[in-house]
Amino acid sequence: MLYLSLVFVFILSYSFYFYGKKRALSLKFKKNENLSSLPDYYGYYVVLLVFFPAIIIWFFLLIFKSNFQEMFVMSPVLFPDVATWSSGKFGLIMNKISNLSIIVNLSEIDLTVGDKSILKMASESEIIAAKNLANFDKIYGWSNLTLFIILPVLLGFLATKSISGKLNAQPIVEKIISYVIKGSSYIAIFITFGIFFSLVFEAINFFRYVNFMDFFFNTAWNPNRAFVINASEGFDQEALKEAFGFVPLLTGTLLIASVAMLVAVPLGLLTAIYLAEYASSKVRDIAKPIIEILAGIPTVVYGFFAALSLAPFIKDVGEGVGLPVSAESALAAGLAMGVMIIPFVSSLSDDVIKAVPQSLREGSYAIGATKSETIKKVILPAALAGIMGSFLLAISRAIGETMIVVMAASLRANLTFNPLEPATTITTQIVTSLIGDVEFDNPKTLVAFALGLTLFVMTLILNIAAITIVKKYREKYE
Amino acid sequence: MVDQNSNYALQTSEVYVHYGKKMAINNVALNFPKNEVTSLIGPSGCGKSTFLRCLNRMNDVIDICNVKGKFLLNGNVDIYSPDIQVETLREKVGMVFQKPNPFPKTIYENVAYGPKIHGIASSQNELDEIVKDSLHRAGLYEEVKDRMDDIATGLSGGQQQRLCIARAIAIRPEIILMDEPCSALDPIATAKIEDLINELRENYTIIIVTHSMSQASRVSSKTAFFHLGNLVEYGETGKIFTKPDKEQTNDYITGRFG
Repeated sequence: MLYLSLVFVFILSYSFYFYGKKRALSLKFKKNENLSSLPDYYGYYVVLLVFFPAIIIWFFLLIFKSNFQEMFVMSPVLFPDVATWSSGKFGLIMNKISNLSIIVNLSEIDLTVGDKSILKMASESEIIAAKNLANFDKIYGWSNLTLFIILPVLLGFLATKSISGKLNAQPIVEKIISYVIKGSSYIAIFITFGIFFSLVFEAINFFRYVNFMDFFFNTAWNPNRAFVINASEGFDQEALKEAFGFVPLLTGTLLIASVAMLVAVPLGLLTAIYLAEYASSKVRDIAKPIIEILAGIPTVVYGFFAALSLAPFIKDVGEGVGLPVSAESALAAGLAMGVMIIPFVSSLSDDVIKAVPQSLREGSYAIGATKSETIKKVILPAALAGIMGSFLLAISRAIGETMIVVMAASLRANLTFNPLEPATTITTQIVTSLIGDVEFDNPKTLVAFALGLTLFVMTLILNIAAITIVKKYREKYE
Repeated sequence: MVDQNSNYALQTSEVYVHYGKKMAINNVALNFPKNEVTSLIGPSGCGKSTFLRCLNRMNDVIDICNVKGKFLLNGNVDIYSPDIQVETLREKVGMVFQKPNPFPKTIYENVAYGPKIHGIASSQNELDEIVKDSLHRAGLYEEVKDRMDDIATGLSGGQQQRLCIARAIAIRPEIILMDEPCSALDPIATAKIEDLINELRENYTIIIVTHSMSQASRVSSKTAFFHLGNLVEYGETGKIFTKPDKEQTNDYITGRFG
């Protein structure tokens, strides 16, 4: 019922637009009144006065529905000791009643018919409460619908009535709309800050267990050793303590991202140069979307491509030339990731190269420069900042990537710069620390927030750098 | 007819240009005398810029543009011959565009760009000398001598256009094509460019497309009037602007159409 009434409000608002506009026009043509605003704005004026009050009441009714239900059902008349119940017990009984109410509803003619086993388990007062609940839902639904017929219609007619030539609808409408627009952008900003602060507060919790310096400068990462200690009496207990060193994760992240960039930068940039300068517009129109598909392939697909095809291939090749390659290598993950981020480099670079004014190309050709000289000496330098921006965005993407690493580069932290060895990344460890049944009272889980915050700050810095560079580039030939 | 007379820097005949199926130039023949300024005038879309761009093969980069005709440089070099590398042609035939288009590099780099590509200077000192000399000839040196390492896009519009002229003459061309070089400039900057053209005529053959008839009469000794892809009339500038042979020319210069 509640959702039906929402649809009704939308339809009604839409119709009132025409009604309000018609009224304004009839004032203008039949009564020769001068309108203070354009006729459309009288329509919007009525719509806003119908829509917003109705929608606010609608949200109110939706949010407080369960409160009304409880007030109505859990009356002290039926349950004299309700005030003394714990919230857990209250919830259980409420749940039972609401289940009962479904049965009551199905067999409302005769309670003795139907599945009586559940009814038998219920007390007298619970069954009465269930009936009340069923009735409440009906009444609530119908009263809502009535409310949503009467209220918007009434408001609509009042608003339409208030239209006169003197009423300047435009500033009122614009003010309301500007609040709506402002509100929408504040919601996005608010959510960003919300995420940031939730990370910060949980990270602070983590640092209650683990020393700040230990996290950022320890070279060992092994959050799961707690259970090993019990099983290994006689070993050096200190060496087996769980460790939360961030360093191997950072090096792993940088190693895999570097491999990815070594793939994506040359391939992406050469692709961009080809698309922007050499390809015919037909080829470009077809090739560009196809290349962009690479970025749209789910990362899990890259993950099993890397794990099942690429990694064994690298291992075979490596062993063929006598190099020790592990089954899960940073190289495999980095290569797959590099392919994935090619479109970030190629598409953005293509756009900035295309944005270099044609007049610069002509200027260079007119001096007798060849196409390749023009690209190397004029186009690329002019587009350089934008191209750097595309690299930075690609790096941000590579650093944030998780799934490929989970599948292809192992979960074991390994302080190495050798791409043939396994490595793990920050994001991957966030996933593993939060997988399964977790409790947020130990550092093994809370470390996810510290890692998340670090990653957030890292990508934030990269993004700021990218934006700054792109801004600088914009000023260049304007 | 192509005349073997080497008093002409550039001779053209039977020139046809098509953009796709649309004809832009229809059988034009025009010769450009050495060390003189020739103006190409005519209403918008008459083909004068298209014709100008044929002379250093700038139309090559436009896929749908098809150029036919005879073009002889110095009486003996067919500029559309497959043996001619377009870059070496453009070394001899420089161009200045309607809108100043300095590279987003330093003032020095802008002028040194051409000499570096064509290997004109044998040493850094010689290159410095060429840059200085070109800026001097373009009448810009005094204004920029203390800020050669500033980015050229920071110059005013008129300075930028003179920089583009310096850039064009730095490779020591024989011919300079100018495609409405003053249309984006204010009257003072325009006057400076016109003075410059008058000085440059001593060493270069200049072909200038212009919308301003007063400019054509001020700077050029020969004038060609184009209309709808046809060359209507060609002759001494003084004659074209005072006693044109064709009525169409007369209508245009007196402002009755165009």
